[in-house]
Amino acid sequence: MQLTVNGETRSFQGPPNVAALVAELGLDARKVAVERNLEIVPKSAYAATAIADGDRIEIVHFIGGG
Amino acid sequence: MDGSVQTEDTWTVAGRTFRSRLIVGTGKYKDYAQNAAAAEAAGAEIVTVALRRVNLSDPSQPMLVDYVKPDRFTYLPNTAGCFTGEEAVRTLRLAREAGGWDLVKLEVLSNTKHLLPDMEETLRALKLLVAEGFQVMVYCSDDPVYAVKLEEAGAAAIMPAAAPIGSGRGIQNALNLALIIEQAKVPVLVDAGVGTASDAVVAMELGCDAVLMNTAIAQAQDPIRMARAMKHAVIAGREAYLAGRMPKRMYAEPSSPLSGLI
Repeated sequence: MQLTVNGETRSFQGPPNVAALVAELGLDARKVAVERNLEIVPKSAYAATAIADGDRIEIVHFIGGG
Repeated sequence: MDGSVQTEDTWTVAGRTFRSRLIVGTGKYKDYAQNAAAAEAAGAEIVTVALRRVNLSDPSQPMLVDYVKPDRFTYLPNTAGCFTGEEAVRTLRLAREAGGWDLVKLEVLSNTKHLLPDMEETLRALKLLVAEGFQVMVYCSDDPVYAVKLEEAGAAAIMPAAAPIGSGRGIQNALNLALIIEQAKVPVLVDAGVGTASDAVVAMELGCDAVLMNTAIAQAQDPIRMARAMKHAVIAGREAYLAGRMPKRMYAEPSSPLSGLI
């Protein structure tokens, strides 16, 4: 399926849920937050949250700032 | 007081009590290791952090949480780069999910040249965030009238700029800051504008509860040493404020007695 992740169009093969997407991208789920189509996905719901073709996903983390 | 026993001087924001009155940013450092060392040298207990997209092309790049550890420092997520209330709310919802923090720093900027806050939008964003249960420390202008409005809207702390962010121009508005401090029932922090240690002293002598700074440490020639200087400056300014300074006089007053001169 085609997803837009952090503004980039990406193809995704795995099981259609947030946990699988985060793992496939090589990210540590404990250190990020995920938004699916502008809705926050709670960490506890990554595996249970389905993703669908065309979804817009944002994955963010903390960086240095003032 | 005999000088050896002192009541611990703490301050409290949104029910959390801290000993350090120096909050440091985590931007503009050479790397996260230097950043962590500076935060330690500053004696900081709170650090501000920003929220951004992860780099998908290099997921193994260093992460802030691995250096400036959230179990050692209280993370204060900011809304830097947000220009509307909705952007700020979206950012802090994500920050809350990333780390579970409800204590946040709101900044809604007006333009990228001076980075001064848009106070109308800041107040609107504050109301949205308070309604969602956030404890909001608010970066704001030095306007005592708006400071009252922020407090009435539920701000956990008032954080006026002393000068534009990253300008290092020091305390440009001592009178306004003093008015804000005098009227506030929540903590007041100088946030932005400090350039060197004497600026932090002045802010604390005015009666601020704490000072927040980033660039003054991060862009010093030796950031670790400047972090240490700022730690001492904040303590010195606080102690001077509590001690109560002598009155200013027009003329000299001798320190040695004039009586008994030979």
